[in-house]
Amino acid sequence: MIPELGQFATILALVVALVQGTLPLLGAQRGEQRLMALGRPLAQAQFTLLLVAFAALAWSFLAHDFSVKNVAQNSFSQLPAVYRFTATWGSHEGSLLLWTLILAGWSAAVAVFSRQLPPEMVARVLGVLGLVSVGFLVLLVFTSNPFERLFPIPLDGRDLNPLLQDAGMISHPPLLYMGYVGFSVAFAFAIAALLSGRLDAAWARWSRPWTTIAWTFLTLGIGLGSWWAYRELGWGGWWFWDPTENASLMPWLAGTALIHALAATEKRGVFSNWSVLLAIATFSLSLLGTFLVRSGVLSSVHAFAVDPLRGLTILAFLGIVVGGSMVLYALRAPRMVTGGSFGVFSRESLLLGNNVFLVAALGAVLLGTLYPLFVDALGLGKISVGPQYFNAVFVPLVAPALFLVGIGPLARWKQADLPDLMSRLKWAFGVALVSAALLPLTMDGINLQVTLGLFLALWILFTVLQGFALRTQHYQGSRVRRLFGLPRAFWGMQFAHLGLAVMVVGVTMVSNYETERDVRMPIGSHVELAGYRFVFQGVEEVPGPNYLAGRGTMEITPPRGRPFTLYPEKRHYNASGMIMTQAAVDYGLFRDVYISLGDPLEDGAWTARVYHKPFVGWLWLGAVMLAIGGGLAATDRRYRVVIRRRKATPAAATVPAATVPEVAT
Amino acid sequence: MRSWIPLLLVFAFLVPATLPASQPALPNADDPVLEARLNTLAADLRCVVCQNETLAESRASLALDLREEIREMMRAGLSDTAVVESLVDRYGDFVLYRPPLKPLTYALWGGPAAFLFIGFALAAAALYRRRAIPGTEDISPDTLAQASRLLQHPDSIPSGSVTEPTSPSPPQDTR
Repeated sequence: MIPELGQFATILALVVALVQGTLPLLGAQRGEQRLMALGRPLAQAQFTLLLVAFAALAWSFLAHDFSVKNVAQNSFSQLPAVYRFTATWGSHEGSLLLWTLILAGWSAAVAVFSRQLPPEMVARVLGVLGLVSVGFLVLLVFTSNPFERLFPIPLDGRDLNPLLQDAGMISHPPLLYMGYVGFSVAFAFAIAALLSGRLDAAWARWSRPWTTIAWTFLTLGIGLGSWWAYRELGWGGWWFWDPTENASLMPWLAGTALIHALAATEKRGVFSNWSVLLAIATFSLSLLGTFLVRSGVLSSVHAFAVDPLRGLTILAFLGIVVGGSMVLYALRAPRMVTGGSFGVFSRESLLLGNNVFLVAALGAVLLGTLYPLFVDALGLGKISVGPQYFNAVFVPLVAPALFLVGIGPLARWKQADLPDLMSRLKWAFGVALVSAALLPLTMDGINLQVTLGLFLALWILFTVLQGFALRTQHYQGSRVRRLFGLPRAFWGMQFAHLGLAVMVVGVTMVSNYETERDVRMPIGSHVELAGYRFVFQGVEEVPGPNYLAGRGTMEITPPRGRPFTLYPEKRHYNASGMIMTQAAVDYGLFRDVYISLGDPLEDGAWTARVYHKPFVGWLWLGAVMLAIGGGLAATDRRYRVVIRRRKATPAAATVPAATVPEVAT
Repeated sequence: MRSWIPLLLVFAFLVPATLPASQPALPNADDPVLEARLNTLAADLRCVVCQNETLAESRASLALDLREEIREMMRAGLSDTAVVESLVDRYGDFVLYRPPLKPLTYALWGGPAAFLFIGFALAAAALYRRRAIPGTEDISPDTLAQASRLLQHPDSIPSGSVTEPTSPSPPQDTR
């Protein structure tokens, strides 16, 4: 009964989305207020319906309703409740439902937080979001029904993939989808702007906080996914250039470019056509990612051909979105160059440079991801494009962008003074370069990769500090007070850029100075690595809720500080019979100690791998700082003012002066 | 109670001393030098039956066999290139994670540089077009004079022509 309720709610949501995707758009075109006003309640109704559907599916999982095919395939009677809940989005169908729910959530958020927008704009944005939602609901209702029943009813389920039974599964997919889907709002704003023919600074200002928030979620989602892979896959890798990872990296790169382009559009009215294109591209890449991951095309072109309906539906949807937007863009984008002039060396031109590098990097990732698919599909053979390719082409494209991070924020809009900036930055440049050249000597001699990485990180650090100094120098009174009076948007930018520096340190150090040993350990034997002494105390059997674990005990004496013990596990999952390596990690600010058990040998001995990973945590620390930066920038005063202003409107009607003061502050 | 503490301390020092000295663990590989060579090589090779895993990482049985086979070839004195060549003969370029440079992959290897080049060409074109836009220096002296008149005599602004901005612009550059 409950699953049918969910299915009914999904179908109803499709009907609502169809209305939401047509009538408000029609109303905006004809100027009919009544039709335009439909957008908000419809968006909220759609969200409510999908919430019901999602709750119905979650309930089916929690209540072990194995008559639902989805539950039978992805759950198990012994599966702990928290993973039964997360299994709701563990399957193809369930994750599509989560996608659609989050899309409806974003639409409802737009409906609530858009009171200051002109009604035509709101109607168009919600209409476009409704149309996007129609696409996904069609998939959900016709090709990927999560509520499909199964007869005869199996006695037990096949269990959730053990890789997915991890704390990362709780938050990684929802965060990632919040990001992916959040870009649909930026897309909807772009399409609405094209429809109305108004691509101005006001449009950029409206869509900017939404874009930044979506980007923040995507950053967190990718970071968490990387951390999850690090802990779960058993050898401590953190980025594999796997196509599924690339699928999330591409919208991130496009979104990062978009955030920077929108900054120029909002402040100076320039690049508005380009911003629109980027907004369309970012969301299209989100859809492409969904297509790549969900259609099975990645494992092989032939796997896709086995069940082509799903893949083709997503591909057709992708084609409609990209094709439709491009036609609209070609018809409606202003022919004229918008905004004012700017010099060859200015904040604008530097942001343009940032966009060139980011988009080229994006193009490289896209090319490397799709190339083997095309080669295969055209029958030209099979090739593999792996980390070696991506590292070789990605690093040279991103390193100059990271260098620009140091200059852009210090350059003035319109026309920057190159000699002045050079004399300002010469110390930062020199000190960063010399330190970066000398620091590898304290490890194991000259290392140009390390020098490049550390130089970029120090360069960003010094220029960020200079940014703070520059913004506080011309004010009387306390510098500290002035520092905290700086706008959140500025703090957000500085924080995010510093996060990049932290991340670069992490990547550089762990890639170059990681050490490991792969050994056979009889009980009581020891191994030494990077000054750490690991003593193996054997493996004992420990039953888990739905698995049996062999739990190893490793006593570790660090070069300084207290000894500690880690418990790496080898798990045998009851339902699937899969064997999983559960690594044990001791986290530290400057290093992680990482152990994974290998295979049993005679007399209680085991093979084991021990790793010393310097600065690896900085990768995720950097990602968190990027996200904090995004959060700060998205909640800048000038966006909050608008919301507060909306709340003050009833009072403002009687006292008109009440709306003026915020202009002065 | 207190009299126990010295005794405990004594035991704390005695226990490690009385245990047999722990033996160092042996490397998993019989020949660590060869194993290191294998691992470097295998990190660039694809496990052909796996879903996107390298030969070094994979625990699939085919990968284990293939690693053993590579060890054999290395013991027989084959160079790294010879080992890779024999694998390519059997599995094709699919086994190489670094795609070889050949006509089929020209676009793959040349693409990123081309993107960068096109990007800069477009950016340069945009910069060039910008110069054609009249800037502040092109404002006619008449307009400037009119502006300064208005600034000195604000009363002369006709009432009603100044409307409240719909969205207040920020007082300073924030980004």
